[in-house]
Amino acid sequence: MAKKTNDNKYVVSVKDLTKKFGSFTAVNSISFDVTKGEIFGFLGANGAGKTTAIKMLTGLSKPSSGTAIVAGYDVIKNPEKVKYKIGYMSQKFSLYDDLKVFENIRLYAGIYGIPSKEIKSKINNLIDELGMENMRNKLVGDLPLGWKQKLAFAVAMVHDPPVVFLDEPTSGVDPITRRQFWEMIYKASEKGITVFITTHYLDEAEYCTRASIMVDGVIKALDTPTKLKENLGVKSMQEVFVKLARG
Amino acid sequence: MRSILIILRKEFLQIIRNKTVLPMLFIMPFIQLILLGFAADFEVKNLNLHVIDNDQSTYSRGLISKFSGSPYFNIVNFSFRDEDGMQDLKKGDADLIIEIPTDFEKKLVNRESSPVHLNIDAVNGVKAGLANAYSNMIIRDFNLELLQKATGKVLVSPIGISSVNWFNPSMNYSTFMVPGILVLLMTMVGIFLTAMIVVREKEIGTIEQLNVTPIKKHQFIIGKLLPFLIIAIIELTIGLIVAKLIFHIEFQGSLLLVYAFALVYMPVVLGIGLFISTFSDTQQQAMFISWFFIVIFILMSGLFTPIESMPDWAQKITWFNPIKYFIEFMRMVLLKGSTFKDVTPHFVIMAIYGVVINALAVWNYKKVSA
Repeated sequence: MAKKTNDNKYVVSVKDLTKKFGSFTAVNSISFDVTKGEIFGFLGANGAGKTTAIKMLTGLSKPSSGTAIVAGYDVIKNPEKVKYKIGYMSQKFSLYDDLKVFENIRLYAGIYGIPSKEIKSKINNLIDELGMENMRNKLVGDLPLGWKQKLAFAVAMVHDPPVVFLDEPTSGVDPITRRQFWEMIYKASEKGITVFITTHYLDEAEYCTRASIMVDGVIKALDTPTKLKENLGVKSMQEVFVKLARG
Repeated sequence: MRSILIILRKEFLQIIRNKTVLPMLFIMPFIQLILLGFAADFEVKNLNLHVIDNDQSTYSRGLISKFSGSPYFNIVNFSFRDEDGMQDLKKGDADLIIEIPTDFEKKLVNRESSPVHLNIDAVNGVKAGLANAYSNMIIRDFNLELLQKATGKVLVSPIGISSVNWFNPSMNYSTFMVPGILVLLMTMVGIFLTAMIVVREKEIGTIEQLNVTPIKKHQFIIGKLLPFLIIAIIELTIGLIVAKLIFHIEFQGSLLLVYAFALVYMPVVLGIGLFISTFSDTQQQAMFISWFFIVIFILMSGLFTPIESMPDWAQKITWFNPIKYFIEFMRMVLLKGSTFKDVTPHFVIMAIYGVVINALAVWNYKKVSA
């Protein structure tokens, strides 16, 4: 039995996390802590190292050095334990287009080990919450992108994980869906789920509890959006980002 | 166990809904089996013969009628000039030319020897050899008749040959080919589809989603491969029914043994597909790599050309060809009625092969990138 690491205050606790690909350092010794129910924004230009960092936190990629404790488990020592405790929604749409809405939910519920008896009610609740009753038997491939993304988010949380990682979840969806999507994120956060989100849209950064800005594999700034703006004397996250990214 | 069943259910749903996979599995192989079963015939019949009869005598016509009466020859043209004959040979209209000299009958009547000249198109060596042998046989018969007529005695060849064809007494080529073609089809479907369907998850990105879930490597792989093992067994069954009902092949050995071997054989094939998938990022790449192996496997399987006539180094390469073992096995068990004792080496080799190739594939299929 893996021992639960102490310090339950933080749901995600990262220290000197580094990832090297040969001589290239994609993520350079980043450290931060995320508390329960926080919406933690992970901002940065393309290639700044956001996705690599998320991959390490979700156990998809082995860190070169440093430590990361996610939901009480060390991602290096117990990557398999971590997997039960996290939800993940990737940049690429990753539900099965050729499975129906309820079949996708059933699949992931099953994979996460939810007992068969509970799966049925889980599917009904989820579809009900999403307002997708009339799409239950539709193939996911036939749904509009906005619905797909909402479903993917719900599926990522089918096992009620304490942390959910969202990698560019809103790229390519219309403003209305983005808004609905953020409502879902707030709901999750209210339930005490920690949301870890990377995004391109800097207006979305304003909705985060705290945001970190990554430049060339390093976290340049990390604070609440209000503080970040105050510190640099600017009015929007857009400006914060431009100032920091330009160095 | 439950995780495997969950993946299995997902795979079957996807296979059933896929508009290309289902025909690839159940329609295409059987069109191929029936088509190839009838068409792949190596027996040389209907050799096209060009006749240059410069003698136009009773004897020469007698000889020609021997050829026209034979099932192996088709007389396509008559002429009186070598050039006309060669023209037909070059164009491919004729496979051989027989040329009878002007004084053919005269010499024979005078008890002299008269030459008959054969020109054979030897581009296809096997065909040329047979054309020569068949012609010789006909001419020898004719010679014998001439001698009998001349001497007035019934002549007997000093050595009589009696031969019996075993295992395929009617020398029916479909009996020889169909079990082999069935093996090819099972193998092709196994390698192609496994490679493509595993890579498909990479290509569309769903593998990344699965990789963050607690599902284990082996559960995912077993769930992915098991459907194709089941499908291959169904294909084998349909194929055997086709062999029996359409090609009227008499099965000599135990069908149970054939199924047992298929269960040992398919993991090898699926492992090869899986191995290929670990090297490919797109279905297209998987397809090309699969083709590379399949073409070698098929051409070096002993189905179309005997392995014994390959150079030594090539024979060694065929040791790694799973198709070779299954085709040998099928011919031994289905046609000769061999029993488990005779094919034990086949079982052992395939079992080892299966373990090795799957271990390699799993080792290469990295869930956590370095």
